Amino acid sequence: MAQIAIADQGYESHEPHSFVTRYIWSQDHKVIAIQYAITATGVGLVALILSWLMRLQLGFPHQVSLIDPHAYYQFITMHGMIMVIYLLTALFLGGFGNYLIPLMIGARDMVFPYLNMLSYWFYLLSVIVLLAGFFIPGGPTGAGWTLYPPQAILRGTPGAELGVITMLVSLAIFVVAFTMGGLNYVTTILQARTRGMTLMRMPLTVWGIFMATVLGLLAFPALFVSAIMMLLDRLLGTSFFMPAVISMGTQLPNAGGSPILFQHLFWFFGHPEVYIVALPAFGIVSDLLSTHARKNIFGYRMMVWAILAIGCLSFVVWAHHMYVSGMNPYFGFFFATTTLIIAVPTAIKVYNWILTLWRGNIHLTVPMLFAIGFIFTFVHGGLTGLFLGNVVVDLPLSDTYFVVAHFHMVMGVSPVLVMFGAIYHWFPKITGRMFNEKLGKIHFWVTFLGAYAIFLPMHYLGFLGMPRRYYALGDTAFIPASAHELNMQITVAALIVGAAQLLFLGNVIWSLRKGELASANPWGATTLEWQTPDTPPRHGNWGATLPIVYRWAYDYSVPGAAQDFIPQNLPPTDAPSAETKP
Amino acid sequence: MSIMAMFVPIALAIVLWLALLQKLQAKPWLVQGIAAEPGNSATRYPAKVIGLGVFLAVVTALFTLFAAAYHMRMAVPDWSHLPLPKILWFNTALLALSSIALQWAWSATDRPAPGLIDIRRGLLAGASLALLFVAGQLLAWRQLDANGFFFSCTPASAFFYLFTGLHGLHLVGGLLVLGKTTTKIYRLDLSNRTAAVAPLLLSIKLCAIYWHFLLLIWLAIFALLFLT
Repeated sequence: MAQIAIADQGYESHEPHSFVTRYIWSQDHKVIAIQYAITATGVGLVALILSWLMRLQLGFPHQVSLIDPHAYYQFITMHGMIMVIYLLTALFLGGFGNYLIPLMIGARDMVFPYLNMLSYWFYLLSVIVLLAGFFIPGGPTGAGWTLYPPQAILRGTPGAELGVITMLVSLAIFVVAFTMGGLNYVTTILQARTRGMTLMRMPLTVWGIFMATVLGLLAFPALFVSAIMMLLDRLLGTSFFMPAVISMGTQLPNAGGSPILFQHLFWFFGHPEVYIVALPAFGIVSDLLSTHARKNIFGYRMMVWAILAIGCLSFVVWAHHMYVSGMNPYFGFFFATTTLIIAVPTAIKVYNWILTLWRGNIHLTVPMLFAIGFIFTFVHGGLTGLFLGNVVVDLPLSDTYFVVAHFHMVMGVSPVLVMFGAIYHWFPKITGRMFNEKLGKIHFWVTFLGAYAIFLPMHYLGFLGMPRRYYALGDTAFIPASAHELNMQITVAALIVGAAQLLFLGNVIWSLRKGELASANPWGATTLEWQTPDTPPRHGNWGATLPIVYRWAYDYSVPGAAQDFIPQNLPPTDAPSAETKP
Repeated sequence: MSIMAMFVPIALAIVLWLALLQKLQAKPWLVQGIAAEPGNSATRYPAKVIGLGVFLAVVTALFTLFAAAYHMRMAVPDWSHLPLPKILWFNTALLALSSIALQWAWSATDRPAPGLIDIRRGLLAGASLALLFVAGQLLAWRQLDANGFFFSCTPASAFFYLFTGLHGLHLVGGLLVLGKTTTKIYRLDLSNRTAAVAPLLLSIKLCAIYWHFLLLIWLAIFALLFLT
C-alpha cells in the first residue's frame, strides 16, 4: 500500500527501467511534473501567438487578412481560456505542485502515484480536445472566455455549432484531471510529511499550493456543473440557461432558462480561480525573496494565516464580476465590501515581502529579479482592483480597456513573472545544470518593462472609454488619434515581449545541453528539496532513508552559524540555536 | 446561491479545523528538534481514508452546486411541479438496505478474527441491492417518460434526469470498486489469510463509507425533488 512506502518502512526502490515506464507512463511525481510543464508551455505558446494576432488587428486594423471578426473573437476566447486554465492552473499545480510537494515535505512520491499519472493523461486529453477546436468546421468558440449564454450557443457566434462543444467537453475533462491531481496534493501534504515536518514548518510554497488546491477542489465543480448544463442546453434542448429566444427568425425550443444562473455558477468558479493561480505564486515568491535576500521571511505565521484568510474570502466575492449584469443594490454593497476586505490579508502579504527585503542581503539573481518584479506588478494590479471592486467605479469602467489592464497586471503578468522566477530558481535542481544568467537578465528586463509598456497605456485608454472586446474601433469622436498611435505602440511592445519569451525557451534548451553543471544547492537554500542526495533527484528522492526535519524553513543568516543558512534537516546540536534572536 | 454560499464556509471550516489541530499558533522559528510534535500523522488515518474524504467533499460540492442551480431555476415563473414516480420510495429502501449490508460487512472486519463468511454475505447483499437500485432508477426513468416527461420537457424533469443520472454514475463508479473487492474476498483462501487481508479490510471500510455517502446524497436529492 502506498502509505507504507511513504512511511518508509522497508523502502525498496521500484525504479522503472524501460524508457516507456520511466518517461511516458511514468508514476514518478517529478516526471509527471515535467510532462505537465511541457504540455502547459506548448499550449501557452499557442495562446501567446493568438495574443500577437489580436494585437496586430488592434494596432494595425485590417492589415492582416487572416483576422476577420470571427477569427478575432475566437482568438480572444482561446487566448483567455488557455492562459487562465490550461497554462497557469496546470503549470502551478500540475507542474510545480507535483515537483515540489513531495520534495519539500520529505516524501518519496505522491500518495496515489497511479492517480497522479491518470491526472496528467486526462489533462493532455483536455488540451487535445481544446486544440481540436481549431481544426473542426466553424473553428473554436468565439464566445469570450466566460462563455456567457445565450450567445455562446446561438447561431451567429463563431463556433456555436461544434466549437463550443469541444470547449465545454475539454473543460469537463480538465476538471476531472484537476480533481485527481488535487486529491493527491491535499492527501500528500496531510499524510506524507516526513518526521519533524509539522504544518508550521512547511515552506510557504507548500502552503500556497495546498490552499490553492483546496480552493480548486471546491471551485472547479462549479465550472463542471455549468459546462454540463450548458452542454445539455446545446445538445438536448433543455432550458437551464437558455431563455426563449428567436434566433435568425426561428423560435428556439428553449424557454424560461436563466442566463444569470450561468453567470453565478461561472464566477463562483471564476473568482476562486484567480486565487488558485495567485496563492501558489504568493507562496513561491515568499520563498524566492527569503532565499535570495538571505533573510527569514517576515511574519511567517501571518503569511500562513493570510493565505488561509484569502482562501476563505475568495468564495464570497464572486458577484463583483456581475455588477453590470444588474443586481439588488444591497448585494452590490455586500460584494463590494467583501472584495475590499480581501485587500487586507493581501496587503499583509505585500508588507511582509517588503519587510523581508528590508536590510536583507539582496542578491539580484535572475529569480530574485522576477520576484521583485512581481511585487511591482502585483501591487499595481491590486490597486486597480480596489477601483473596480466598487460598484460605482466599476459600472463605467467595466467594458473598457481599464479592466483588461487590471486583470492582465494582477493575474496575467504577476503570476507569469513568478512562474519564470520559479523556473530559474529550481532549474538547477530539476535539470542539474545552470541556466545562462545573461540571457535570463535580458529576458527579465524585456518582459518586465515590456509588460508595463503594454498594460500601463491600457489604463489610460480605458479612462478614455475605449471599449474592450471590439474587433475594430472605426472612427469615433471620443477616441482621439493619439489613442490609435498608442494602440500601435502597445502592439509593437507586445510583439517584442512575446519574442523575449522565445529567448527564454532558447535559454532553457541551450542550458539543458550546454549549461554549467549545477551544485546540489547553488542558492544556499534551507528547504528539503535542495538537500537531496542526487541532483537531479532520483526515483524515490531520498536514497535509503528519509530526511528528518529539525527546524523551520527560514533559518537564514542566523547569528553565530557557520553558514548563512541552516538546512531544515540539520540536527540542532550541529548549529547554534536561533532562540537567542529577538 | 445561498445553499452554495453555505456549503463552502462549512467545508473550509473543516479544513481549517484540521489545520488548527496541528497548531497554527506554533512559532516554528523558536522550536527546534523533533520532540515538539510527531509531524507525520500517517499513523492516525490511512492515506486512502483521507483521499476518499477529500473526494467526497468534492462530490458534495458538485451536488450542492446542482442543488443551488435547481433552487435558482425554480424561481423562474415557467417552473412546474414534477409528479415523481412512486417506485422511488422502493428504490430508496433498496439503497438504505444496501448501505446497511455494507455496514454489516464493515463491522465484521472489526472483530479480532475477521468473519469472512459475514463479510462475503454483506458485500454480496450490498452489491446486489445496489444493482437493484440502479434497475429501479432506470424503471423510474421509463415510467416518467411514459407519463410524458422526457429530459427536455420541463425544467423540473431535466433536473430530475440530471440528478438521478449523476447519482447513478457515482454509484456505478462505486460498484466497480466494490465488485473488485468482492471478487478478491471470494478468491481469498480461508485457511491462509493473514497477509493479504489487511488491504482488503481497508477497502471494505472505504466501500462502506462511500455507500453511506451515496445514501445521504440520494436522501438529500429525493427530499429536494419531493418537497418542491
